[in-house]
Amino acid sequence: MTAPALPATTVAGLARGLAAGRWSSVELTQAYLARVTASQSELNAFVTVTAEAALAAAAAADAARAAGKASALTGVPIAHKDIFCTRDVLTTCGSKMLANFVSPYDATVVSKLAAAGTVNLGKLNMDEFAMGSSNETSFFGPVRNPWDIKRVPGGSSGGSAAAVAARIAPAATATDTGGSIRQPAALCGVTGIKPTYGRVSRYGMIAFASSLDQAGLITVSAEDAAMLLGAMSGFDPRDSTSVDREVPDYVAALDAPLAGLKIGLVREFFEKGLDAQCEQRIREAIAVYEKLGASVREVSCPNLPLSVPTYYVVAPAECSSNLARFDGVRFGHRCESPRNLNDLYSRSRGEGFGAEVKRRIMTGTYVLSAGYYDAYYIKAQRVRQLISADFARAFESVDLLLGPTSPTTAFEIGAKVDDPITMYLNDIYTIGANLAGLPGMSIPVGFADGLPVGLQLVGPHFSEARMLNAAHRYQLETDWHLRVPAAYA
Amino acid sequence: MSLTRKDIENIARLARLELAETEIPVYVDSLSKILDFVGELERAPTDGITPMAHPMPGLAQRLRADEVTETDAHQRYQRNAPQVEAGLYLVPKVIE
Repeated sequence: MTAPALPATTVAGLARGLAAGRWSSVELTQAYLARVTASQSELNAFVTVTAEAALAAAAAADAARAAGKASALTGVPIAHKDIFCTRDVLTTCGSKMLANFVSPYDATVVSKLAAAGTVNLGKLNMDEFAMGSSNETSFFGPVRNPWDIKRVPGGSSGGSAAAVAARIAPAATATDTGGSIRQPAALCGVTGIKPTYGRVSRYGMIAFASSLDQAGLITVSAEDAAMLLGAMSGFDPRDSTSVDREVPDYVAALDAPLAGLKIGLVREFFEKGLDAQCEQRIREAIAVYEKLGASVREVSCPNLPLSVPTYYVVAPAECSSNLARFDGVRFGHRCESPRNLNDLYSRSRGEGFGAEVKRRIMTGTYVLSAGYYDAYYIKAQRVRQLISADFARAFESVDLLLGPTSPTTAFEIGAKVDDPITMYLNDIYTIGANLAGLPGMSIPVGFADGLPVGLQLVGPHFSEARMLNAAHRYQLETDWHLRVPAAYA
Repeated sequence: MSLTRKDIENIARLARLELAETEIPVYVDSLSKILDFVGELERAPTDGITPMAHPMPGLAQRLRADEVTETDAHQRYQRNAPQVEAGLYLVPKVIE
């Protein structure tokens, strides 16, 4: 593809240029929209492009700046995962079920980022209802990895990761239920942060598994993530799981020295299944952290290997309950000529949901059904407690945990699509943080055979500032996060 | 755990999902495999462990003051409805 060059590619760099008057928001927005259009047939990263609204918002941002009313993010273009309700804009969640749904209201994340002055370029493709690790379950077709378009970008926030990797959006919102921010960030060579459960409001974020879902970001750098996370975090009375707790100044915390930081390597993350080249990149990154003054020791979370089976009981159970709302009555897909109410429900749902979503609804229905509830669902909740306790114990002796984000680099489109268990194991390193409600990040730490490798950081509840600081200090020493796929440079 | 065709039909009925004939054997196979996979949890010793339903210990369900905060917006919401009449959602006849 050929797309116009950009003056800068980080949110921080774009914001500095806007503040200095080197470019306007309208110019930036036009440049990014042109890149979106030029890349769409190759990457399929967007479901909806809101060009007209974006240019109007950009003009308003420029006017605000001229009137002396600009803040740090005023005029910076971003894009939203299509799971966030956006008023008067198609909001599909990657599903045929919502292919005609024009949201009547804004998600809190959308309204907070708009209030901070950002310009929304459009809505990003994703796995259907965020259920997938490869973006292949989207009703709107797979997103392609800009590092190799034969490969998946990861999922479920595959559109967010591909868009940021190809620099067709400076930053993107995303969500993470079992790794859906961190795994695609790793596979696309960009930075991803899943905050603590409850840190960011979920009002208007279409629910998948409510005890696990959390909104976050995919960005080029940790600094960009810090700028945006501050703007999107905070208490929201409209989300009953939102935590009423002050939002720290993430940007101010970025530069703190790492001397004395205690990092724990999770032994179970290195035991089996990890690609040798990926492990090598992780070990090299550990050496950077040691050079920066961090002390590194091994810790054990013995129940962590049970996190994938635990998740594949808990998440489908919650999904089967949450997705019961799609009944063909008030919104969403409705079948033709229903014979009766039951036929209306069953055919609308059978037609509106894709294969993986149906698989998860049925798995959840089964584990919650009479006779199996205790054996599966309650059992999984008990193991979840053990996994959570493992993390709590580890954080008694270390500040952050470190390991790989994903066992391999990006795989080929189609390679795992017929084997759900193999697909589910992509999230083997990321699911634990969701089960325990912990914040996690993925940052790029190099390449294996030309494909990006991600390193994962996991911290105690509400340690986002420390995690972003650790990621930022690493990014001051390295430039992996600034590498761009040749076709999109 | 080996599920049968009848199991899948029953689960699909409970979940209000109409499946095409060709989908049934696919779900017989994949749900059986998933249940085998999650069956690994059986071996974890969990006697005396409290089930964990929520990841934030100690977070209590918040209550709000009993005040009117929302205004009527049903017309805006019903723009997404497949079939409405006089402000009501229409469904097939329920009582014969």
